[in-house]
Amino acid sequence: MSQRQVLQVFEQYQKARTQFVQMVAELATRPQNIETLQNAGVMSLLRTLLLDVVPTIQQTAALALGRLANYNDDLAEAVVKCDILPQLVYSLAEQNRFYKKAAAFVLRAVGKHSPQLAQAIVDCGALDTLVICLEDFDPGVKEAAAWALRYIARHNAELSQAVVDAGAVPLLVLCIQEPEIALKRIAASALSDIAKHSPELAQTVVDAGAVAHLAQMILNPDAKLKHQILSALSQVSKHSVDLAEMVVEAEIFPVVLTCLKDKDEYVKKNASTLIREIAKHTPELSQLVVNAGGVAAVIDCIGSCKGNTRLPGIMMLGYVAAHSENLAMAVIISKGVPQLSVCLSEEPEDHIKAAAAWALGQIGRHTPEHARAVAVTNTLPVLLSLYMSTESSEDLQVKSKKAIKNILQKCTYLPALEPFLYDAPPNILKHVVGQFSKVLFPWIFRYTSAEGGQLSTT
Amino acid sequence: MATLARLQARSSTVGNQYYFRNSVVDPFRKKENDAAVKIQSWFRGCQVRAYIRHLNRIVTIIQKWWRSFLGRKQYQLTVQVAYYTMMMNLYNAMAVRIQRRWRGYRVRKYLFNYYYLKEYLKVVSETNDAIRKALEEFAEMKEREEKKANLEREEKKRDYQARKMHYLLSTKQIPGIYNSPFRKEPDPWELQLQKAKPLTHRRPKVKQKDSTSLTDWLACTSTRSFPRSEILPPINRKQCQGPFRDITEVLEQRYRPLEPTLRVAEPIDELKLAREELRREEWLQNVNDNMFLPFSSYHKNEKYIPSMHLSSKYGPVSCKEQFRSENPKKWICDKDFQTILPSFELFSKYGKLYSKAGQIV
Repeated sequence: MSQRQVLQVFEQYQKARTQFVQMVAELATRPQNIETLQNAGVMSLLRTLLLDVVPTIQQTAALALGRLANYNDDLAEAVVKCDILPQLVYSLAEQNRFYKKAAAFVLRAVGKHSPQLAQAIVDCGALDTLVICLEDFDPGVKEAAAWALRYIARHNAELSQAVVDAGAVPLLVLCIQEPEIALKRIAASALSDIAKHSPELAQTVVDAGAVAHLAQMILNPDAKLKHQILSALSQVSKHSVDLAEMVVEAEIFPVVLTCLKDKDEYVKKNASTLIREIAKHTPELSQLVVNAGGVAAVIDCIGSCKGNTRLPGIMMLGYVAAHSENLAMAVIISKGVPQLSVCLSEEPEDHIKAAAAWALGQIGRHTPEHARAVAVTNTLPVLLSLYMSTESSEDLQVKSKKAIKNILQKCTYLPALEPFLYDAPPNILKHVVGQFSKVLFPWIFRYTSAEGGQLSTT
Repeated sequence: MATLARLQARSSTVGNQYYFRNSVVDPFRKKENDAAVKIQSWFRGCQVRAYIRHLNRIVTIIQKWWRSFLGRKQYQLTVQVAYYTMMMNLYNAMAVRIQRRWRGYRVRKYLFNYYYLKEYLKVVSETNDAIRKALEEFAEMKEREEKKANLEREEKKRDYQARKMHYLLSTKQIPGIYNSPFRKEPDPWELQLQKAKPLTHRRPKVKQKDSTSLTDWLACTSTRSFPRSEILPPINRKQCQGPFRDITEVLEQRYRPLEPTLRVAEPIDELKLAREELRREEWLQNVNDNMFLPFSSYHKNEKYIPSMHLSSKYGPVSCKEQFRSENPKKWICDKDFQTILPSFELFSKYGKLYSKAGQIV
């Protein structure tokens, strides 16, 4: 009988441990409890429970730790300081899928706060085990591992390089091809965060053959997935001309233009970012975008959005117009200038106004035709008022001044120049007067030579 | 001596007297002198003036000539300059003409094709319009699909509601709540309820083990948020009482392997299996899986080389060709010979009585 009692004690203890760890895990979902938990010293208790005999308790303890570390970076640092990570990494290789998911969750929660914590994770050798988890059969495990890798790679280029050196990129490309949407999303966002730091990393991602798969998935109806894919493609193409050409060769045009009509704001923003990153490198790429009808689609997209979502589209128009005057003329005939002047006047934020002013300057600076097209829409007074007003930020003032100067140096459309004679500051007035002289002087000369040296006053 | 003294006494005044007596004439002398000077100065003046006038005239002539010479020189220079300017203007105008033509030609031919640019811009604007239209259609299609999906969802919900509320249908005796006797027409819900099939008790479905996503699991949304606990490690049963046999013996006995009889041990189709086995072993010894073909087949495709007797053109002639009665080609006219003499009966039966058994087909 005594033996049974002894064993009963052990059973009770086990039940108590299970209950405790489950309650802690559930409490950790609510932020208001976490402070109390931290003050009660939950970290050391969970650490011992992580080494428990019973697998369920281990998994639940890992889950609770993950939730705590997720909340803020002090707790995450506490997790690192208590030397929990090596144990997690060691058992990550051996245990079942629930434990793997929970451990990957802890690593992700610790790694997301700051580069130092992510470096700590890398130092205890978690990358190799996470990459092994990427090869697991269960999609949940793969997703958790990919998420952890994404948060580690997000901070800076060295950590991304470490992730790439662990051989994660080909496995992530395989993950993208899996049927589960959540896994695709996370894998795409991981590739995006790896590729964004430097051209070499982007080249690694491209060499693993990611671009073709990403380009195929643009047609997927899920909005979050599209958002991640477009972000990944734009991070790859922003670094150099070759990478942008490779992205274009994956035949994203004109499919990408349909994403500009999507209902989700982030999808529109990322699509216009992608087109901007492609168009900004060389005139040939801009011409490709223009020939595919991208300019019209972007202008419509600018018209249908508000706020920060418009910004990449405005910058794209500026980049396209900056390359050559034919492209600027193409932007003008696609009815870009009225849209840009609407943006300039309506938007409340200064950086968007500055971008619109810059874009208008790029359009109008090439020839008198272009300057006339910009001046006809009555944007020059708006630009002048932005330059003169004291509330505009310095960046906005500088950009609007440059835009006015560039446009005025080519503008021969006198009705638009006349208001400038009245209320412009002297440094702009001299350009205006110069333009008047250019237009009027031959006219005067013709009249004087016609009337035999007598100046006509008409 | 007196005169001397008188002279000496007067000597002091001699000088004055001498002076005064001489000076009486002075004004007259002065007057005359002045007059002479005046006349002389006037004359001299006239002389000099005449001389100067003369000189002036001469100098004027010299200057006139000199100036005209200079003027002519200047005129020549001016004419040269004007001529030069005129020629340069002409050359400039001509050069401008040439340059204008050449520049226009060069720009049009090598640098910039204006019509191509116009064409290109037209094409770009057409592409833009096409893309805009296509995108509009795409957006419309998406909206339509969404609306349709919404409608379908509404429809399904309503259908489900009707199925749940099926018991509110009106019967013959009791009008239902949607079919009030004071209304002209029954409520549309009534018709819906009539169409709906009543909801049966849900049969216990086989519980699908769907893969819960990580986020659901982590947010504790499902009832079974934690993995099921595994079986606890086995607690050793308490030892039974009493003298026991040796545990190894007991286990040996308990776990002794089965020793079945031969009849049971061997499978039921042993013979067939054995035959198969044998056949397989014999098959192993085969060199070639194909059956050996008979010689006739082997020689089937062999070309027959006829003997010398047969390979000549003049072979044995068949009876059919030899006799003209059998071969219509040998007839001279298209009819057969008339038989004048009756044929032998034996010969008339030739070819008709004999059976066809011996003939070569």
